[in-house]
Amino acid sequence: MNALEIKNLNVSIEGQSILKDFSLTIPKGEVHALMGPNGTGKSTLAKVMAGHEDYQVESGTVTLDGENILGEEPDVIAHAGLFLAFQYPLEIPGVSIANFIRAARAARLPNGETINAVEYYKELYEKMDALKMDRKFTARSLNDGFSGGEKKRCEILQMSMLDPAYCVMDETDSGLDIDALKTVSEGVNLMRGPERGFLVITHYQRLLDYIVPDVVHVMFDGRIVHSGPAELAHELEAKGYDWVKESFATTA
Amino acid sequence: MNTLSENTMNNPAKTAAEPGWLAERRAEGLAQFKTLPAPAPNDELWRFASVGRLKIDDYAPTGAPDAATAEALLERSNLVSERAGRSVYVDDHAVCFEGISEALKAQGVLYLPIEAALQSHPELMERYFLKESTELGSAKFFGLHAASTRAGSVLYVPKGVEIEQPLVNYYWTSTQGTAVFPHTLIIAEANAKASVVDVFFSETKENEALNIAVSNLHAADGAQVFRKVVQDWNEQTTSFQLDTTIAGRDARVKNLAVNIGAERARYENQTRIEGPGANVKMYSLTVAEEKQEFDQRTFQTHNAPNAVSDLLYKNALLDNSRTIFSGLIKVAEGAQQTDAYQTNRNLLLDPTAEANALPGLEILANDVRCSHGATTGNLDADELFYMMQRGIPRRAAMQLMVFGFFEEVIEKVDSEELAENLRQLIHKKFDAKIA
Repeated sequence: MNALEIKNLNVSIEGQSILKDFSLTIPKGEVHALMGPNGTGKSTLAKVMAGHEDYQVESGTVTLDGENILGEEPDVIAHAGLFLAFQYPLEIPGVSIANFIRAARAARLPNGETINAVEYYKELYEKMDALKMDRKFTARSLNDGFSGGEKKRCEILQMSMLDPAYCVMDETDSGLDIDALKTVSEGVNLMRGPERGFLVITHYQRLLDYIVPDVVHVMFDGRIVHSGPAELAHELEAKGYDWVKESFATTA
Repeated sequence: MNTLSENTMNNPAKTAAEPGWLAERRAEGLAQFKTLPAPAPNDELWRFASVGRLKIDDYAPTGAPDAATAEALLERSNLVSERAGRSVYVDDHAVCFEGISEALKAQGVLYLPIEAALQSHPELMERYFLKESTELGSAKFFGLHAASTRAGSVLYVPKGVEIEQPLVNYYWTSTQGTAVFPHTLIIAEANAKASVVDVFFSETKENEALNIAVSNLHAADGAQVFRKVVQDWNEQTTSFQLDTTIAGRDARVKNLAVNIGAERARYENQTRIEGPGANVKMYSLTVAEEKQEFDQRTFQTHNAPNAVSDLLYKNALLDNSRTIFSGLIKVAEGAQQTDAYQTNRNLLLDPTAEANALPGLEILANDVRCSHGATTGNLDADELFYMMQRGIPRRAAMQLMVFGFFEEVIEKVDSEELAENLRQLIHKKFDAKIA
């Protein structure tokens, strides 16, 4: 099936259960938003899908177009088509943006093929221009000393350069002012299309004014408790997460 | 074969032409070498060092290389193509001394082999040659150097003269069991500007050698000097480098060392700030593997106010290698408004490697900004996860991170060609390990 499918996923860390029979299907071409209060397991879901080794998967499956990714190394999962835009992108001193993305692209090439530097830089500059990033950033160390907005733009730049089939965006709106939020959202909207699926994780409805989702899911205590159309985000914003807790705590 | 001490005693480096003051300094050095005790494990200035591994008696100076060897090593002396001058020594014998341009000579610049400078500029040499040493524990070895040194270059830059391109000195070892005593003397007069690259290489992976090198750098008021050291001896070499810097008023000095080779390398680097407003940087990058031991001792002395000294020593360790960083900042009573910093960062890539850090401060002034810090850690697991999430395989990601760790020092080299050559030298050592 042409989808990112998570089925009955149970995950714990240090003996504490975080994801509880979590299930979600994102068909290619759709944008799904995942909202919910802090500490409900949204970021854990993102990291587990990407292959972070700190989490213990008890049971369940995660597949990309039918192919299992659970238990694979992070680079293998990336090659299978999953990209995770980090909530807190790491600072890597001494590794330039240009060299980093180039290494990531080179890792996707068949043996013996090399990157055409001229074409590579042309594409990189075009995408940086679209994200209103200074071209001088290519030589700067990855995220090193970047502002919150610069880091998030840099995540979207990587996402568009690596052209993944599925994008998981973890709290991409955190730390962004409204201008940066618009620029980042435009970058994401340019990537929307029938060949790509998105999972947009956010705490606030604000981001979803710019990246309008096809489906909104509400997560609480390790699972999805409610799903609906884009308007659900506004309802949630109006009623607040206490409403979620009151409505769904008993069933959790 | 005679032992080194017998050899030095019976066959001193001095020639008939050497002036009396030099004969005295050599004799003094020899006496120092003979009378001072060998480093002992409980000696504070040798703390953590494997003093038992110091064997120097099996080495002796050796003869000149044959023409083919000389030519081959000259060919390999190619780290810096744009240069103001170059010297190439093999086993302490000059195989090439590419002097400076007539234009620089006309401005009074001297770039000469030590022996030639002793002949042509005895007063200058009497004032500076073998006058300065580190106070970090190697007086015995400085003594042997003073008694024995015959190879090296002197750079003298007169007041206000600026040399854009570097002078590059190559010191090779070639003959099995050779002992070498390279000496680099740099004198920059007021507002002069120069840069020097000292390169230490072995001909093969096998030839065993002892190196006791000394460099003395004098930067007068307002002078700007950048000295770079590239040490890539083979792992059959025992090496001592004893380097001093004296900085005058508003002098700007940068010392940068990249240490890759030697079985055991002791690096002493001492900076003495004598003029207000001076600014001295000390950078070092070391890549240690197998059973290598890098023993680094540094001393930043501030004897004048309003000056800055900034030290950054980075070590990456693999296998069973060891590093020792022992650094002291000393601020004299009158040296108010001093900024003195000292940072040692150790990256442990194998759990069997060992990094020792001994940072120290001695501050007698009351209005200063001083900091020292040492960190030792592994590659950051979250950074690794981040890079792998982009599709970069684990080993490649580790390599990028390690080279990123190095880059902070390499990017200060200020010459794209030399920086790239340094990256290649490190790659050569590193790639087989991590690929």
